Amino acid sequence: MKRSHWSIPYVVFLTIFVVLPLVLILVYAFQDGSGHFTLSNITKFFSDSDALGTFGVSIEVAIENTLICILLGYPAAWILANKELNRSAVTIILFIMPMWINALMRTLATAELFNMLDITLGKGTLLFGMVYDYLPFMIYPIYNVLNRMDKSYAEAAQDLGATPWQVFWKVTVPLSMPGVSSGILMVFMPTVSTFAISEFLTNNKIKLFGTIIQENINSSMWNYGAALALIMLVIIGITTLLTDERKEAVEGGLI
Amino acid sequence: MKKFLAKAYIYILLVLLYAPLIFIAVFSFTESKVLGNWTGFSTRLYANLFTGNMQGSSSLLSAVENTLLIALISALVSMLLGTIAAVGIYNLRNRTRQAVTFLNNIPMINPDVITGVSLFLLFVFLHISQGYTTVILAHISFGTPYVVLSVLPKLAQMNPNIYEAALDLGATPSQAFWKVLVPQLRPGMISGFILAFTMSLDDFAVTFFTRGTIGLDTLSTYIYTDARKGGLTPELRPLMTLIFLIILVLLLVINLRSARTKTPNRAR
Repeated sequence: MKRSHWSIPYVVFLTIFVVLPLVLILVYAFQDGSGHFTLSNITKFFSDSDALGTFGVSIEVAIENTLICILLGYPAAWILANKELNRSAVTIILFIMPMWINALMRTLATAELFNMLDITLGKGTLLFGMVYDYLPFMIYPIYNVLNRMDKSYAEAAQDLGATPWQVFWKVTVPLSMPGVSSGILMVFMPTVSTFAISEFLTNNKIKLFGTIIQENINSSMWNYGAALALIMLVIIGITTLLTDERKEAVEGGLI
Repeated sequence: MKKFLAKAYIYILLVLLYAPLIFIAVFSFTESKVLGNWTGFSTRLYANLFTGNMQGSSSLLSAVENTLLIALISALVSMLLGTIAAVGIYNLRNRTRQAVTFLNNIPMINPDVITGVSLFLLFVFLHISQGYTTVILAHISFGTPYVVLSVLPKLAQMNPNIYEAALDLGATPSQAFWKVLVPQLRPGMISGFILAFTMSLDDFAVTFFTRGTIGLDTLSTYIYTDARKGGLTPELRPLMTLIFLIILVLLLVINLRSARTKTPNRAR
């Protein structure tokens, strides 16, 4: 038996549990309840003001969350990767530790803290909670890229007369873009698709797109739910293409 | 000055990130039913948690048990399936290899909700009643890609001739696998296992869609139901605190040990 044949069981597994389910989303999205072809699920979305509104809010929250995470996370990653400013491995571990803890648990802890401080749950707390949940996912890939970056580029720029500010903007930032891209992927897509998290952080006032999908599936509106899932898949495809998928920066580290 | 500002920024961020966790930890040491209401120091919630002497205790404890069992089984299967798959993928020809690697990446890019909904539709389509088995199958499907990605680089580092040498010297393929390949690939298999295990522990959405209606709860789904009913079971506070501590200690030990032995602390 050739050793390449060892991949066969896994390919069969992937076909059944990854490819077929995705095909089923497509199939269900274009079927009505009795299994006939229809476009009505898709057209329903575009005339469903509730779903459209949620969709808009989700994209808006996701963009805001991603921007805030970059603004807060980039400096943090830069400081952590800078040997003169940070020598402690423990600080880095403290920053990535939340990635390993159940997001639902962290979200509930945040919501409870807001409750105790008498802060009304709404858009502000939603953004704060989302940033809190996803900031580590932005810091980590950027840190990884900065840490692995060849320092001689920055030194060369300095030797050739660039100011520290110029070195930062013209050398460090462009070279760290792969990290930022994977950070965007790791923050933007989960924000659009989460369910449960937004309800807990806003006391059911704001729903995100993931929640609408879940509600439809749970109330046995499988075809419409599948159509909404398909729309989300399209968004994901677009984001992935735009950010040029570079997950290796993320999975590159830790353990 | 620059150094001071940098340090201050890092510590302020850390305090913000950890505030909710610390808040939960502090209030795990008081008996009050409502969070944020300090009624004096007590370790009763911890005692309740360990003796199971509390309201709805059996369901919380069985949720913890389910979570661990599902994570353990699915991570073990992922480790075996992923290791064998990695050996196969490594020996595939370029074009096919790219195609399989692409398939392998899909579960990692897919958001949880999509994975959950798509698997839900699969089980409905195949008329498989959902419960323990379907949850484990679902967890294997998103855990295995991490094993494959952890084992592949170890294969690249390995001398390709030693497996052939074992066969030439009279080992059966299964002996050559267990006695030659596995020891060489072990570090990658272990990090893959740990990744698959934590992914499974962490999961909420996929479990939610594939657990069916038989009342199967993992810790995440338990917390979800609990929070929707309004008010968390007080014993969740000590439980969460313990989970935070265990994960923190594990991460510190694993990372600091690998830093000390100078092995790069990278999965690949």
